[in-house]
Amino acid sequence: MAQQLLSFITFLPLVAAAIMAMFMRGNDAAAQMGAKRLALFATLATFLASILLLLEFDPADTGFQFVVERPWILGLTYKMGVDGISILFVMLTTFLMPLVIWSAWGVEKRVKEYMIAFLVLETLMLGVFCALDLVLFYLFFEAGLIPMFLIIGIWGGKERIYAAFKFFLYTFLGSVLMLVAMIAMYMDAGTTDIVRLMDHSFSSETMPLLGFQIVGGLQTLLWLAFFASFAVKMPMWPVHTWLPDAHVQAPTAGSVILAAVLLKMGGYGFLRFSLPMFPVASDLLAPLVFWMSAIAIVYTSLVALAQTDMKKLIAYSSVAHMGYVTLGIFAANQQGIDGAIFQMLSHGFISGALFLCVGVIYDRMHTREIDAYGGLVNRMPVYALVFMFFTMANVGLPGTSGFVGEFLTLAGIFQVNTWVAAVATTGVILSAAYALWLYRRVVFGDLIKEALKSISDMTGREKAIFAPLIAMTLILGVYPAAVTDVIGPSVKALVTDYHDAVAAAAAAGDVASN
Amino acid sequence: MTASDFQTVLPEVILAVWAMVALMVAVYTGKDRLAVPLVWATAGLFLALALWISATGQGARTAFEGMFIDDPFARFAKVTILLSAAAVIVMAQDYMSRTNLLRFEVPILVALAVLGMLMMVSAGDLMSLYMALELQSLSLYVLAALRRDSLKSTEAGLKYFALGALSSGILLYGASLTYGFAGTTDFAGILSTLQGEVPLGLLFGLVFLLAGLAFKVSAAPFHMWTPDVYEGAPTPITAFLATAPKVAAMALIARLVHDAFGAVPGDWGQVLAGLAVASMFLGAIAAIGQKDIKRLMAYSSIAHMGYALIGLAAGTAYGVQAMLIYMAIYVTMNIGTFAFILSMERDGRPVSDIASLNMFSRKEPLKALAMLILLFSLAGVPPMVGFFGKFYVLKAAVDAGMVWLAVAGAVASVIGAFYYLRIVYFMYFGAEQEPADSRMAPVQWALMVTVAVIMLAGIVNLFGIEPVARVAAEALVR
Repeated sequence: MAQQLLSFITFLPLVAAAIMAMFMRGNDAAAQMGAKRLALFATLATFLASILLLLEFDPADTGFQFVVERPWILGLTYKMGVDGISILFVMLTTFLMPLVIWSAWGVEKRVKEYMIAFLVLETLMLGVFCALDLVLFYLFFEAGLIPMFLIIGIWGGKERIYAAFKFFLYTFLGSVLMLVAMIAMYMDAGTTDIVRLMDHSFSSETMPLLGFQIVGGLQTLLWLAFFASFAVKMPMWPVHTWLPDAHVQAPTAGSVILAAVLLKMGGYGFLRFSLPMFPVASDLLAPLVFWMSAIAIVYTSLVALAQTDMKKLIAYSSVAHMGYVTLGIFAANQQGIDGAIFQMLSHGFISGALFLCVGVIYDRMHTREIDAYGGLVNRMPVYALVFMFFTMANVGLPGTSGFVGEFLTLAGIFQVNTWVAAVATTGVILSAAYALWLYRRVVFGDLIKEALKSISDMTGREKAIFAPLIAMTLILGVYPAAVTDVIGPSVKALVTDYHDAVAAAAAAGDVASN
Repeated sequence: MTASDFQTVLPEVILAVWAMVALMVAVYTGKDRLAVPLVWATAGLFLALALWISATGQGARTAFEGMFIDDPFARFAKVTILLSAAAVIVMAQDYMSRTNLLRFEVPILVALAVLGMLMMVSAGDLMSLYMALELQSLSLYVLAALRRDSLKSTEAGLKYFALGALSSGILLYGASLTYGFAGTTDFAGILSTLQGEVPLGLLFGLVFLLAGLAFKVSAAPFHMWTPDVYEGAPTPITAFLATAPKVAAMALIARLVHDAFGAVPGDWGQVLAGLAVASMFLGAIAAIGQKDIKRLMAYSSIAHMGYALIGLAAGTAYGVQAMLIYMAIYVTMNIGTFAFILSMERDGRPVSDIASLNMFSRKEPLKALAMLILLFSLAGVPPMVGFFGKFYVLKAAVDAGMVWLAVAGAVASVIGAFYYLRIVYFMYFGAEQEPADSRMAPVQWALMVTVAVIMLAGIVNLFGIEPVARVAAEALVR
């Protein structure tokens, strides 16, 4: 049973989607409600099953657990498993999905298809975090584009077509380069098994290519191909431009999943592939990542200040927060990576909640323009409180999970590159500026807009959706060990292997040590 | 003709006899009233031959002193050709009956074209290669111009014929050069002369041969006829053009380069790689602006041929295996897609305008979903089977050290994804207007849904064609 648990969790939503597609007919209110209930039930069941997974998980073991392995076509294997790094992403996904489904209770347009798209997406997201075969990983990673493309394109806002196409093609381009790199890795190592690839050392000897001397050799080339994919997914400056468009046009539930889970695939990819498989190249190119991240943090924070659309503002703030994640990952020390994972999880809750906050007033007023609001506190006290809480968490107020993530990543990067740390830290101030200013404009002030005079406060359902998110943000904020205890040993092993490999390459004279 | 020769070519003989007998019977008795039974009988014969060929053949045999080769490679291609041809004519029957196109000559011409294709993949000599190719081509020219009262169809047939004749001329010129320098037309004989220094004339011969064959697979820059012919020909004929002949011509190229020029893989590998890159990019970019779904499928097939050529350009057994699997997946996808295109109509008249699919998913959710799966598969997005086809050929290229070719293929696939997405866009997010009707005969519906299911279910083990293709490829590349 324990062996099959992972496959069960991954494919349960898909089974529910198949049942919905095949056996649920009709488009009346009852059928719609049936589809919503089934989706909620399936995602809740997945969540419960994943709790079992977490209980059975042994954090002290730094290897992969719950491993399933079966032969597949092309000499590939169907191999799934989780370790300390991936299990919490699985938990994040299964935790958020029921909330997302529940938040979509008000959707009336093609409800059944909407639910199917989300259930399929959940399977694919879980697959990404569990896959232990390169091509299987790629399969899940890429296939996730299809439901998201449809979610944005069918249920999105006015400019949804443009956003959907941009989203798809941007990410697709990054990924196919990764596919070529994967094939090259297979040719070099003779396996697509991620566990064995982690032990394989790819050559880092300087090699000539088209007249250039490539320092770091094969590792650098492979690293760059993977970087193309993950940097777009993450997204990192300057390839982040698809994200604001996609976020603004996506329906609320789509935005939540996009911000909370899909972006994390990029960070997870760095941790799963770039660092352990190409340590020398990672070390070599880390300064590039550092400065790109630092620029991202400052630049996108400034851009966020200038936004007039709430969702766009939060989207830019996401890019800035992802900058901390890349900083932490490539700092490649325990604090940095712990912090990066922590930041990703915490951002999952906080940005998800912020998009839900926008969704709450969007459902009532059908606009996301900041100017259309003001003085909401007078009519919506509970909403003002919830929004305040997540604004503070987004800024990184101590006591919320946002603080822990930012602090740890900055502590990690400070040990490696003080200048970058100094630049990145200004992002903390800037984030306070744009987030608080947004809050002031939307919530405070006098309620002068005529249309807002009859706006109603959050319903019981909406409050219930926010409750678990608030709880998680607080728990992680005051007791971060809940996360670091689980990821700690795996991260430690990763960091140790990484520095051993870099030292070995420096000793062999492949690259100058820095 | 000895008894063993006869036995080797028995399937082809049966098909030839069938075509001629059917022609006689139909001419002297019922004429067009016999068309429908003839279609079904021909499809049945194709199916029977496919089963027979796949079940009986063992090892490699030659007939007529090497003119005709029967090996696992030929059998793989033949089964693919026969099955796809059977599927296409069966699904075309309803459409052609409705549009008064179903003359009794159609199944007979298809049978003759298929006969030509079967001979093509078994050709072991430049003479038999040319004969088989012409038998196939002549039948196809007639089929393309089937709608005699339509300007477009006639134009398509004429254009196809004129350019086809030109390419045959180029091919013949290459064949004569090859004969002049090698002193033989036999593939094995040509191979044996290719020791040490290769004469320049022979290389020219090779290039001309490849140019002639590139025309048949519509690889860029020899693709010009494809969009016009695809658009002008009656849709069922387009479906036929897009499937079986492509497999045959691709297999023929593989046969020629490996059996006759296997000693100089570097020389033709570069030519094929160039053709592949040109085709992939041209197909992907030129398709973006298309408004007619048949023209779009023409460019799509040009791009797909580019990918299949990557497998061949690799010059390895693995590359041939990749090409065979790619082609098998390609024809399957195209059968499903054309089953859908055949059904598009408005007010009882066939339409092929992409914009007529606006909000089609609202009207026919199941068909739209099946089409969605097919389109993503054509685009090569995982987890559909189309992805594995691309994965195979890219892997073959990297395996052979042609990383740049794999990168080019990967980039082209992104550009290509755009126009498939555009169809999805019309079906799912398009403007609110009344979409075209979709009138499907049960056969079409079954084929389309089956293919869509195959595209998803194939991910489990590709229905076991992998080992079969490996045996086929290893028979060719020694």
